[in-house]
Amino acid sequence: MKRHDIYTLPILIWLSLFFTIPLSITVIMSFMSSTPYGGVTLPFTVGNYVEIMKGRILAILWRTIWISALSTLITLGLSLPVSFFMATSKWKNLLLMATIIPFWTNFIIRIFAWIFLLGNNGMLNNILIQLGIVKNPITFLYNSWAVVVVIVYTYLPYMILPIYSAMEKFDFSMIDAAMDLGATKIRAIFKVMFPSIKGGITAGILFVFIPALGSYAIPELVGGRDSVMLGNLIAWEITTARNWPYATALSNILFVSTALALFLYLKIQGSDGK
Amino acid sequence: MRFSFFMTVIVLIFLYAPIMFLVIFSFNSSVTGANWMGFTLKWYGELFLRSPDIWEGFKNSLIVAVFSSLTATFIGTMAAIGIHWYKPSFRRYINFNIYAPLIIPDILMGVSMLMLFVSMRIRLSLFTIYLAHTTFSLSYVVLVVLARLENFDSSLLEAAMDLGASEFQTVRRVIIPMALPGIIASFLLSFTLSIDDFIITFFVAGPGSTTLPLRIFSMIRFGLSPVVNALSTILVGGAILLTLLGRKFLKYILAGEG
Repeated sequence: MKRHDIYTLPILIWLSLFFTIPLSITVIMSFMSSTPYGGVTLPFTVGNYVEIMKGRILAILWRTIWISALSTLITLGLSLPVSFFMATSKWKNLLLMATIIPFWTNFIIRIFAWIFLLGNNGMLNNILIQLGIVKNPITFLYNSWAVVVVIVYTYLPYMILPIYSAMEKFDFSMIDAAMDLGATKIRAIFKVMFPSIKGGITAGILFVFIPALGSYAIPELVGGRDSVMLGNLIAWEITTARNWPYATALSNILFVSTALALFLYLKIQGSDGK
Repeated sequence: MRFSFFMTVIVLIFLYAPIMFLVIFSFNSSVTGANWMGFTLKWYGELFLRSPDIWEGFKNSLIVAVFSSLTATFIGTMAAIGIHWYKPSFRRYINFNIYAPLIIPDILMGVSMLMLFVSMRIRLSLFTIYLAHTTFSLSYVVLVVLARLENFDSSLLEAAMDLGASEFQTVRRVIIPMALPGIIASFLLSFTLSIDDFIITFFVAGPGSTTLPLRIFSMIRFGLSPVVNALSTILVGGAILLTLLGRKFLKYILAGEG
């Protein structure tokens, strides 16, 4: 230890106690067995993981990945033109604030807004029934598409902000320069602007994809039977089934999936840049 | 006009229309919520006078947010100073602990903290929520303060020392004032992350320690309620106020996240 380590000592202790140790406990617990009364017991076993690999869970894992990937792609597709417009606009600050307000509006309230709009007793159904267009409410929510829409809605600012902040630093006269030298606009954007905003795009993708993988509240509130994600299963195992070893094994699978996605993404991005 | 302009308009409508309908219908006198029956303020009366559960949750959320963001800002700022000016021991381990929480899904943090509390037989309460919120805020504080410190010339520190300032004086009179916008920004960020957090709190909250997001979640599970609309209006108002007040510090937050 050096004398100046005093500055980092508190964080070292705090994060060891409340991050590293809990993660280690989670890993250890996933290799133990559960007792009928919701406790945890020895011996060590790989039974929880074997159980997971049998069937049903794999479908849920796959669904979790495709819902997250699709939501991230849509979010990216919307954010690129929006960030571009923001960064080149006169109304830069106003638009930035317009993006921040939903970002700072309560997460659960933003989910509720969609239940209010599209729920079975929601606004749209009421209008349709009053206009005599339908007799019984249409079920817009409670499926995987609703989950995708609401994930896109809640995480959109997380994608716009880092891309915008990268684009804002970009010197847009470089695009004109490239076009003067004979590049088409599309080509100028891809060859000149893209490399310098890549960091922002990476940050945005990670800020959306990773929380999406761990979604619980959104599929719980606007998803249906067929849109259960890994997060819902973990929460159910912990709060209702009280099978902690199994729940922690599921958590570790989520952890490994995240790490794998991150690794693949950074690898693809790395090879792309060279 | 241009494609990017068109997309921006679409996205703004997409972002704001749902919130706007919530706000408009909080003034609707119909109980079923989604049928306009005339203007009323009765849901606000209901919210302010007859919803003790919501206020209890709000109070809990505030307590946790204040204490966790103060703790995180203090510990995180110290760490950022240590990481930036002095090369601390265990640097790789510290970096792992700072960056890893940012790139794992929140639900994992909630599950693992619950497992810690359960195995240590710590009763779930506001205190366990405080521990969890401080933990996830720390990473953001370090990044935001570090981003601010990186804009400064390290010779300032040497100059202060050469002029006879003690280390404590240097920190107090030179480093802290320089980093102040970053420190305030990181406090604001921690505060809002704490107030807004649902999933981690969901796992580490016990009976009697329900925060506002948990309360809203359990309310909307049972269907639409105009009282939630009224609450939404107030929370959206809060977000607008915060955005206006925090405008000055926004660039420091973005610097840390970008």
